[in-house]
Amino acid sequence: MKLKGKRAIVTGGTRGIGRAIVKELVSEGCSVVFTYHSSDDAARQLEIELGSQQVYGIKANAASFEDAEKTVKFAVEKLGGIDILVNNAGITKDNLLLRMSSEDFNSVVDTNLKSVFNYTKAVLKNMISQRYGKIVNISSVVGLTGNAGQANYAASKAGIIGFSKSNAKELASRNINVNVVAPGFIETDMTNKLTDQQKEAILANVPIKRLGKPEDIAKTVVFLCSSDSDYITGQVITVDGGMVM
Amino acid sequence: MDIEAKVKEIIMDKLGVEESQITPEASFTNDLGADSLDIVELVMGFESAFDISIPDEDAEKISTVGDAIKYLKEKVS
Repeated sequence: MKLKGKRAIVTGGTRGIGRAIVKELVSEGCSVVFTYHSSDDAARQLEIELGSQQVYGIKANAASFEDAEKTVKFAVEKLGGIDILVNNAGITKDNLLLRMSSEDFNSVVDTNLKSVFNYTKAVLKNMISQRYGKIVNISSVVGLTGNAGQANYAASKAGIIGFSKSNAKELASRNINVNVVAPGFIETDMTNKLTDQQKEAILANVPIKRLGKPEDIAKTVVFLCSSDSDYITGQVITVDGGMVM
Repeated sequence: MDIEAKVKEIIMDKLGVEESQITPEASFTNDLGADSLDIVELVMGFESAFDISIPDEDAEKISTVGDAIKYLKEKVS
C-alpha cells in the first residue's frame, strides 16, 4: 500500500472521477474525507461500501470558502491531520459564447477554479506547519486545447494550471508538491451526455481508440500523492489516451 | 503578559534559531535566515498569540526583532 496512514481530502467525491479517486486512495491505505454537493444517499452509500476504512462524506459547496474551512476542520477532527488534497469538484454548463450567460460563466468558474483556491488556502496552514503535503488538482485537456461550446469550462481548467504552478513555486520549500492531472474523455456522467456521433468524432483523435476509465485518472492521482513522485512538482500530467501531445 | 519573551519564543519556534541570536537589531531575513513564507508564518504566529490582526502594510515595516517587539507592545497595550 502506497499511502498507508496518510490522510486526504477529496472534493466532489461521490461521482465519476472523484468517486474513483476516493476508492483508489482508500485501497492504498489512506483515510479520506470527501465532499459532495447534493446526494446524501450517494455519500452514505460510498461510506458503507468502503466501511472497513476511515471514510467520511461531508456536504459542502465547493465555491464557498466557509465550507472549505468547515471541511478542513472536520477532516482534522476525524483524521487527525491532512497530508493530501485532491481538488476534483467540477461542473459543466456548456454553450456557445454567444448564448452563454454571465451566470453560467461565473458558476462554472466558481465551482471549478475558485474552489481550488478555497480548499488549498484552507489546508495550507496545516501542511506548512507539518512541512509535508501533496496537492493534486484535476484540470482537463480542454484547459490546454480549448473547446467550442466550453469557454467557461476551459477557462476554469486552464486557470487551475496557472494557479497550481504558482503554488508549486511558493510551497516547494515547505515540502509540498502541487501537480495537475488533465483527463481526456473519461466514461462518467459528464461524458454520457454526449451523443454517439460526438463520441465517434472524439475517438477519431484518440490514438488509444477508447474512452478512459475513472480508474485511469485515480491511479495517476495515487502516484502523485505517493512518495514515488517526490521530485515532481508543478507538472500537468495528461491522461487522455494520447489525444493531446 | 511578557510580550518580549513571547515574541522570542515564537521566533525560536518558527525559525529554529537560538535565543542568543535574537537580538533587537537582528533582521529576520538577513540575520535569522527567514524567507518570505517564514515572515508570513511569523506574522500569523504573532496574530494568533496576541489575538490581534496585523495588516499587510504594517507587516511590511517589521523587519527586525526590535521592530516586532515595539509594534506588538503598542498594538497589544
